[in-house]
Amino acid sequence: MSDRQDRQNPYQPHLARIVRILPQIPDHRLFQLRFEDDEVARNFKHRPGQFVELSVLGTGEAPISISSSPTRPGTLELCVRKVGRVTEALFRLGVDAVIGIRGPYGNGYPVEEMEGHNLLLVAGGLGMAPLRSLLWYAMDNRSKFKDIILMYGARVPGDMLFKYELLGLLDQPDIKCLLTVDRDDTGRWPAHIGVVPKLFDKVELDPKTTIAAVCGPPVMYKFVLQKLLERNFSKDHILMSLERKMKCGVGKCGHCAIGYKYTCLDGPIFTYWDVINLPEVV
Amino acid sequence: MRIVTLPKDNLVPFLESTKAFGELHAPLRRGEESCALGKVDNAADIQVGCLRTILPPKKYFMPQEQTMFSFSPEGYEPVAEEAGKRYVLFGLHPCDIHGLKILDLVFSGKYTDPYYFERRKHVAIIGLDCIPDEYCFCDSMGTSFAEDGFDLFLNDIGDRYLVMVGTSLGDDMVNASARLFGEVDETAKEEFKRRSNTRREHFAVEVETWGLPEIFDMEYESPLWREAGERCLSCGACSMVCPTCYCYDVLDLLELNAEKGVRKRRWDSCLFKDYALVAGGHNFRKERSSRVKNRFFHKQRGFVAEYGRPACTGCGRCIVDCPAQINIVELITKLRSYSHV
Ligand SMILES: Cc1cc2nc3c(=O)[nH]c(=O)nc-3n(C[C@H](O)[C@H](O)[C@H](O)COP(=O)(O)OP(=O)(O)OC[C@H]3O[C@@H](n4cnc5c(N)ncnc54)[C@H](O)[C@@H]3O)c2cc1C
Ligand code: SF4
Ligand code: SF4
Ligand code: FES
Repeated sequence: MSDRQDRQNPYQPHLARIVRILPQIPDHRLFQLRFEDDEVARNFKHRPGQFVELSVLGTGEAPISISSSPTRPGTLELCVRKVGRVTEALFRLGVDAVIGIRGPYGNGYPVEEMEGHNLLLVAGGLGMAPLRSLLWYAMDNRSKFKDIILMYGARVPGDMLFKYELLGLLDQPDIKCLLTVDRDDTGRWPAHIGVVPKLFDKVELDPKTTIAAVCGPPVMYKFVLQKLLERNFSKDHILMSLERKMKCGVGKCGHCAIGYKYTCLDGPIFTYWDVINLPEVV
Repeated sequence: MRIVTLPKDNLVPFLESTKAFGELHAPLRRGEESCALGKVDNAADIQVGCLRTILPPKKYFMPQEQTMFSFSPEGYEPVAEEAGKRYVLFGLHPCDIHGLKILDLVFSGKYTDPYYFERRKHVAIIGLDCIPDEYCFCDSMGTSFAEDGFDLFLNDIGDRYLVMVGTSLGDDMVNASARLFGEVDETAKEEFKRRSNTRREHFAVEVETWGLPEIFDMEYESPLWREAGERCLSCGACSMVCPTCYCYDVLDLLELNAEKGVRKRRWDSCLFKDYALVAGGHNFRKERSSRVKNRFFHKQRGFVAEYGRPACTGCGRCIVDCPAQINIVELITKLRSYSHV
């Protein structure tokens, strides 16, 4: 397959090798990938919040957020939950297996516009996957941002993604890392207990200088949005990541359309203002 | 634009001569009352009077099912599909030419769809004017006249056609049969003007598009959508026959040895129940009414926001073919006047 055709056809995946698999919590794994072709690897530039289309030979494709930060190139990291055909086939593969990747797609976070602001990252469950890319992007460009606050909640300690990496941030001076679990069955949980919205009582937030990036299940959105609006956050300063069925990732197959937007092109990151203007969004 | 005339008696010989430029396809009789675009063996069989082919010309540019590439453990290989085969498509009316121009918008942009444009490059288009019937509302949608998007366009002026030459390929086709064509004279001009001045009178239906996107927003919760949803059978016929519906599904097919296979795409419909169903069982458009609404909303509202024009050509196919008599013209008319009823 010639490289030119390769680049011209946006549907054709590039081969990528699984270099490491890091088990996370039940049914969730972090896959570290490296493109087989050096040129493809060099040309792959992403923004936090973008996603790729992942193919497992013969089973199809699935859109997956990029969990690694562009500030840490070399391998691409995807945190995947096993739910259906493609993801189950992926979980059957081991290190050294080859899969297909195309992308990056979507708008990603407007990181340039976020510079000079305080960042509030709020995640629930698998919502940490895209936010982890933004988190490390901001930490690696620390001087460009003011205060960084991370709020992340899981049901129990054993359900927390990237747990050890995030626990390591608890006593770091340049980030306020608030981790919470709904309940602690271990008795050894070193951080907060309770739902994510309750963490808002623990911080001072200046809505004028803070941009919030929220990603999590629908219930979490509901209560977190309430907290942010109570604190007078402008609707443009609340960024949400939306999930839709996707087949092409490039604005052709129609599946991800919501009202006037394509989630794959215009999103998946939308401001809350965009979201309230989109019909049937939740 | 170069303009010539073609006596009607010369149409068949001319169309025969275009076979030198590609395989000739045109409306042919299918059943009692219908016509379908198909391969022409004998140009005399062409149904010149056909108004609405069953399927629109999109089938030549995005086939119902299409192989995207093959894969094996060695990688993904493009498939050379009928490489370079040329077609001449005759008998496309202005609305269908606009339908293709709308698909061009969708398949270009930030990412170009190589399959669509590869085919687009290989198909010559000879347009033909028409007299609307009681389902046509192309005039309302701004597609009743095509100023480009064709290689040649034939306007009926009585015993001749006034032929617009749109591209250099069209010019070659005319030159290859120069003896069949004539010059434009005063009577030809007059007849063309006379017919174009009275063409509007033939439209039986009309919808007002001014402010329509806003009305779609305002009437988002209108009970009219629920009523339509209660009737809709989710059969998807409306999307299949629509010249601007482009949604597709993607599937991987494995060979028996499970080592090699192909990735295909095929027409999908946002009216199908599982169109927006995601892993975990959540369906973003579970209700039939939300799916019917989505189709029209996307065409008349969403597309306008995205591309500056509606994704409907007013061809009337979805009205004619809906087994539940869901009628977009009627719906728009009711949405516009709803508060007054
Ligand atoms: C922008 C975006 C980012 C995502 N990021 C992640 C991530 O980082 N980690 C993760 O585990 N999951 C993520 N998902 C969800 C993930 O795409 C689905 O879980 C996955 O497609 C399921 O595929 P499957 O074949 O295993 O399941 P099946 O249920 O067998 O799905 C069949 C096909 O339907 C489509 N599909 C099904 N569910 C979804 C869905 N929720 N979203 C989009 N398409 C779907 C896909 O084309 C898929 O191949 C993301 C989804 C989107 C839209
Ligand atoms: S053709 Fe009519 S019944 Fe069938 S899906 Fe479309 S609107 Fe529904
Ligand atoms: S929506 Fe109906 S009338 Fe409009 S272009 Fe499609 S099939 Fe034709
Ligand atoms: S995923 Fe195909 S249009 Fe967005």
